[in-house]
Amino acid sequence: MKKLLHTAAACALAAMLAVPAAADVKVGMITTLSGGGAGLGIDVRDGFMLAMEQAGRDDIEVIIEDDQRKPDIAVQLADKMIQSEKVDVLTGIIWSNLAMAVVPAATAQGKFYLSPNAAPSPLAGAGCHENYYVVSWQNDAFAEAAGNWAQNNDIGSVILMAPNYPAGKDNIAGFKRFFQGEVAAEVYTKLGQTDYAAEIAQIRAADADLVYYFLPGGMGISFMKQYASSGADTQVMGPAFSFDQGILGAIGEAALGVKNSAHWSKDLDAPGNAEFVASFKEKYDRLPSVYAAQGFDTANLLISAVDKADVSDADAFRAALSEADFQSVRGKFAFGNNNHPIQDLYMREVVKEGDVVTNRVLGVAATDHTDAYGGECKL
Amino acid sequence: MSLILIAEQILNGLQFGVMLFLMATGMTLIFGVMGLINLAHGSLYMIGAFAAAAAASATGSFLVALMAALAAAALAGALIEMTIIRRLYQAAHLEQVLATFALILIFSEGTRWVFGSFPLYLDIPSTLNGSTTLPGGIEYPKYRLALICIGIGVGLFLWWLIERTRIGVQIRAGENDREMIAALGIDISKLYTVVFALGAALAGLAGALVGAIQSVQVGMGEPVLILAFVVIVIGGIGSIKGAFVGSVLVGLTDTLGRLFLPPFFGLFMEAGAANQTGSAIASMSVYVLMSIVLIWRPTGLFGVRA
Repeated sequence: MKKLLHTAAACALAAMLAVPAAADVKVGMITTLSGGGAGLGIDVRDGFMLAMEQAGRDDIEVIIEDDQRKPDIAVQLADKMIQSEKVDVLTGIIWSNLAMAVVPAATAQGKFYLSPNAAPSPLAGAGCHENYYVVSWQNDAFAEAAGNWAQNNDIGSVILMAPNYPAGKDNIAGFKRFFQGEVAAEVYTKLGQTDYAAEIAQIRAADADLVYYFLPGGMGISFMKQYASSGADTQVMGPAFSFDQGILGAIGEAALGVKNSAHWSKDLDAPGNAEFVASFKEKYDRLPSVYAAQGFDTANLLISAVDKADVSDADAFRAALSEADFQSVRGKFAFGNNNHPIQDLYMREVVKEGDVVTNRVLGVAATDHTDAYGGECKL
Repeated sequence: MSLILIAEQILNGLQFGVMLFLMATGMTLIFGVMGLINLAHGSLYMIGAFAAAAAASATGSFLVALMAALAAAALAGALIEMTIIRRLYQAAHLEQVLATFALILIFSEGTRWVFGSFPLYLDIPSTLNGSTTLPGGIEYPKYRLALICIGIGVGLFLWWLIERTRIGVQIRAGENDREMIAALGIDISKLYTVVFALGAALAGLAGALVGAIQSVQVGMGEPVLILAFVVIVIGGIGSIKGAFVGSVLVGLTDTLGRLFLPPFFGLFMEAGAANQTGSAIASMSVYVLMSIVLIWRPTGLFGVRA
């Protein structure tokens, strides 16, 4: 009888051990899934969940909520996730103003935040935090890469154009940080502007070698379509935000030949990238964007850290994250002292493959690029 | 700054103005005849653009796309008038604003649900691609020239409709005295539906025409809606002539402000700061214009009602 009890107890114990503890790590994803900017959040989410599915992890639970691109809603969701859902890691935010509202508060409460997109400069410099990791890029990176490329490719004079708000000014500053040539004009547009006839006429009159513009989302679509039909022939360049897969479909052939800087491209020769593109296309029936690649990398970074350390041991988990021991679809990837990426950046060109307008890699725009703010970070 | 550049910008301002007119005229008609503030007018603009994009990708014809935009927006307008708006005529303006704001949210999410989250593709017809040389050596995009012509054409058509036809007489009568024309045996609810559908169709046409050179995406109507409000406040609420003059004024102020203000500040400021200040002031210029007009004429340029 006693022996039977022992056996039963042993069995019960074994059974308890075998049952996976209901998710070891809880991840809260706050991203934009409705309204005008939803395409970006949906791509991040789909890339993230694709990596989760491929890893087949049931010890990581992901809770997804829609911030509607509104800072107040993002803050509410973060509070809810931290206080009632008790998440360990937050991620997902697309926009810098939302990140500024959520990230400092979340990291101050001891939560980890992995950024799949926005990385405003205040959080890269003096406001950096040991629990805040950026998997995408610092906000200025694409502009710096474009400036560097222009500098190295005999571009004499440029026209710079961006909306008159902080990210626009950062982008122009980023370009000028690496470009030493002549700036023929700096044009600041209204945020959300849809008609660029006046600016296009100025561009035509200025006769520079290159127009570099940062006009994210619908603004970029409007500008490019109007520019292409205006008869202006100055070469155009921008960051990948304006020429990414979700947007190219709406611009169409008007974008052919335009150069844009990015840290990733679907044809990039990196281990695992072709597989990522194929599996994303198979699952979601569309080509992945840079945002999808960032979501995919963010999930894989998280998985690599969960494999090495327990999230409740913050020091060990930080060490595991900092190692960045995962296969990025961008190829090499490491974190700098401020937990922002050190990575290669590329110049891409818009081309037509069959019926699809897409990007291909033209060359390297910056090697082992890091951001300009790490020096101010006391980590 | 050459004369050609300035002439080109005046054309650009005119083009921007006539497209605003298509939006504003519907709103001002609806306000004038029914006394209704319709925030969902921007959604009808969006519906026009999406219908045009869908029709263009199915048939490849821009003309069919324009027809589809007109039909879809008019249909949507008639439908919401008969089901929802009709209940709001007697309500206070705040309730109208709340209900039509709800319609914006419903239309936006509905469109996203049907067409997805990514912007759609709608291109200008190939015959209007490229630019043409106007007298005086001005290189101007053909499509924008066509927009100016269409806008002026629609303006003339509306003038004829309001001033020279039976339905125009009814609309004008409706603006003056609702109860009286109902008492004279005119089916007022049918008239309201027709006016609403007409306003909606004009918004849809504007959405399709502008969508071809801008981006067809959810939420595209709201920025235009705000400018259209500015236009009808400047022109005088309920006045189509006011809407036309107001649109052209707003279009010219916005475009020329963006051209002249940065160099103007450059006269006495450092270049970078002048650019930023100039463009910041330029984006306020239409609101400054509105304030000046309201101080001068509190009912707007052609308004009769206080």
